Amino acid sequence: MYTQGLDVQASEPTAPVDEGSLERRFLARVDAEEKIEPKDWMPDRYRSTLVRQISQHAHSEIVGMLPEGNWITRAPTLLRKSILIAKVQDEGGHGAYLYSAAETLGVSRDQMIEQLLCGKAKYSSIFNYPTPTWADVGAIGWLVDGAAIMNQIPLCRCSYGPYARAMVRICREESFHQRQGYDLMLQLCRGTPEQKRMAQDALDRWWWPALMMFGPPDAESMHSTDSQRWKIKRFSNDELRQKFVDFTVPQARFLGLTPPDSKLQWNEAAQRHEFGPIDWNEFNQVLKGNGPCNAERLAERRAAHAEGEWVREAAMAHAEKQRHRRASAAA
Amino acid sequence: MSAAAMRVVDTDLFSYVLRLGDLGLVLGQRLGEWVGHAPAIEEDLGMANVALDLIGQARLFLGYAGEIEGRGRDEDAIAFLREQGEYLNPTLAEQPNGDFGQTVVRQVLIDAYQLELYERLISSTDERLAAIAAKAVKETRYHLRYSGGWLVRLGDGTQESRSRVQGALGRLWPYTAELFVEDDVDRAMQDRGVGPRLAEVHKAWSSRIGALLSEATLDRPADRPYSWFGKHGQHSEHLGYLLAEMQYLQRAHPGARW
Amino acid sequence: MEDKHQWPLYEVFIRARGGLDHKHAGSLHAADASMAIEHARDLYTRRQEGVSIWVVRSTDVTASDPADADSLFEPAKDKVYRHPTFYDIPEEVKTL
Repeated sequence: MYTQGLDVQASEPTAPVDEGSLERRFLARVDAEEKIEPKDWMPDRYRSTLVRQISQHAHSEIVGMLPEGNWITRAPTLLRKSILIAKVQDEGGHGAYLYSAAETLGVSRDQMIEQLLCGKAKYSSIFNYPTPTWADVGAIGWLVDGAAIMNQIPLCRCSYGPYARAMVRICREESFHQRQGYDLMLQLCRGTPEQKRMAQDALDRWWWPALMMFGPPDAESMHSTDSQRWKIKRFSNDELRQKFVDFTVPQARFLGLTPPDSKLQWNEAAQRHEFGPIDWNEFNQVLKGNGPCNAERLAERRAAHAEGEWVREAAMAHAEKQRHRRASAAA
Repeated sequence: MSAAAMRVVDTDLFSYVLRLGDLGLVLGQRLGEWVGHAPAIEEDLGMANVALDLIGQARLFLGYAGEIEGRGRDEDAIAFLREQGEYLNPTLAEQPNGDFGQTVVRQVLIDAYQLELYERLISSTDERLAAIAAKAVKETRYHLRYSGGWLVRLGDGTQESRSRVQGALGRLWPYTAELFVEDDVDRAMQDRGVGPRLAEVHKAWSSRIGALLSEATLDRPADRPYSWFGKHGQHSEHLGYLLAEMQYLQRAHPGARW
Repeated sequence: MEDKHQWPLYEVFIRARGGLDHKHAGSLHAADASMAIEHARDLYTRRQEGVSIWVVRSTDVTASDPADADSLFEPAKDKVYRHPTFYDIPEEVKTL
């Protein structure tokens, strides 16, 4: 249940709690692949880790509506326009599912949004890059959604019930996102020389940021070990990144495009692609707020929120009036 | 003389269908601007839903128009490559979004119009129009529920919300006159049983809007004569900017496929 | 910048097709029940996954306490005679 009625007091006084045994029982349940639900006992750090992770994920979906949303009015055909609107609509929906899942852990959507808008909460660095061309819409679908899917499928089996269920719903919708992106790129690559150049240029700009989406190298990742113990995170950053490269390089080849990595090559013995070093300095700068579009993205979200205040207020005022009218009518 | 040159095009029907399609196209384009900027995530989804429906309707109407014309233009050629004066949407549709209240007012006025139109087009002698209308009428009923619901909440919400939507209503009302002015094309369609009498549509629309405004505790503005005439390609300044943005890629890459 | 006009939370239940039960789909925020239905429609049925929607204010849902799971649900476990498989009906007897 996603219910927030979580403050129900037990009817009898409970015996003093032995945290150690509660934690052992909790870990046993997780090990046995049982789902943890909102009202179950959980370690405080499990709860706070999930709130952080789920809300970051939700923020990413909402901010992610902007770089693609800005091409809706310029989409080159009515079908592409429709597809793009549907995709961005899905992303808003994903944000909503995720905020709901996070709310089951005792935080309100408003609190989470406040954290985002004041710059405290993080969201996926990828959405701080600009989308100057139509090909970027394709690159985002192909690469960014592709990377997201790789991260998200394991989360469908995460230990926390509401998050796992939201992820199942999201993954079902996400594969359309990647396919429409790849299809868009395919059309460009089969088109005019200008279109093909546009596609290569987009790949050149999105390749490395997509690889960075999997997070820092395992050795440097702060939150990993607990997350893996609690089955919130099921594969390491490097494992997923490698898998992504191995899937995506042949896809690029089929398009007739070349990833911008001179060190990229197939390792026959290890059966995987070796790839060049990632600029983690860029990643950290973007995460800190110094990416090309961080300021713009947040400014747009703040503006939308501020300009919508009178609307949200009016809706509540009207609901209140209706309540009074019904009460008076009944009296 | 070639067979193509001998072919007589039903120009009245072509114009009539274009008008229906362009309304959806232009209004859908306007709603597309909201995505990612709505007052709440749920309204991003709500407006995107209406936009998708309107663009879907536009595709059906414009595709049909292309067939009537018989020069090989598909829905995109018609949507993206005409000159401003060839777009036949009512000027109300191209008015800017303004704030959420203005968008809601514009939407209600047009949703009620489309609903009355589509309900009557279901029995059109033109089978294709009847079929499109049968599908579109269900979508439009939901659109009006959505926009009408918001009109009531904002009109009967706070002082500020009422003042904003009353202001928007005052600004947009003058564009409603144009919706119901008949021309030769409308009369030809009526004679053939293709389209309804606009006087009838007006009466029904007026009654529906009147009830909604009343529920929203809003004052109905006085009628004013129209200044533009979209169905003859006479548009406000806003359409030019809208089209420049919409047409950009197709114009920049002539002949390219997407 | 705290928003004082937070819309309350609603739980959403959808009947995907005729003949099925309503299933919990998740939650959403809305100012009133009618808006909640519209939001649920736009959020949970974009891919034709619904013929009927129920929305309930989250605060109106009463949930059983997981701590009581033992006393609420265990006693049912040993009353196996409630299950048809408990009974060994001779093969000769049809339609039972």
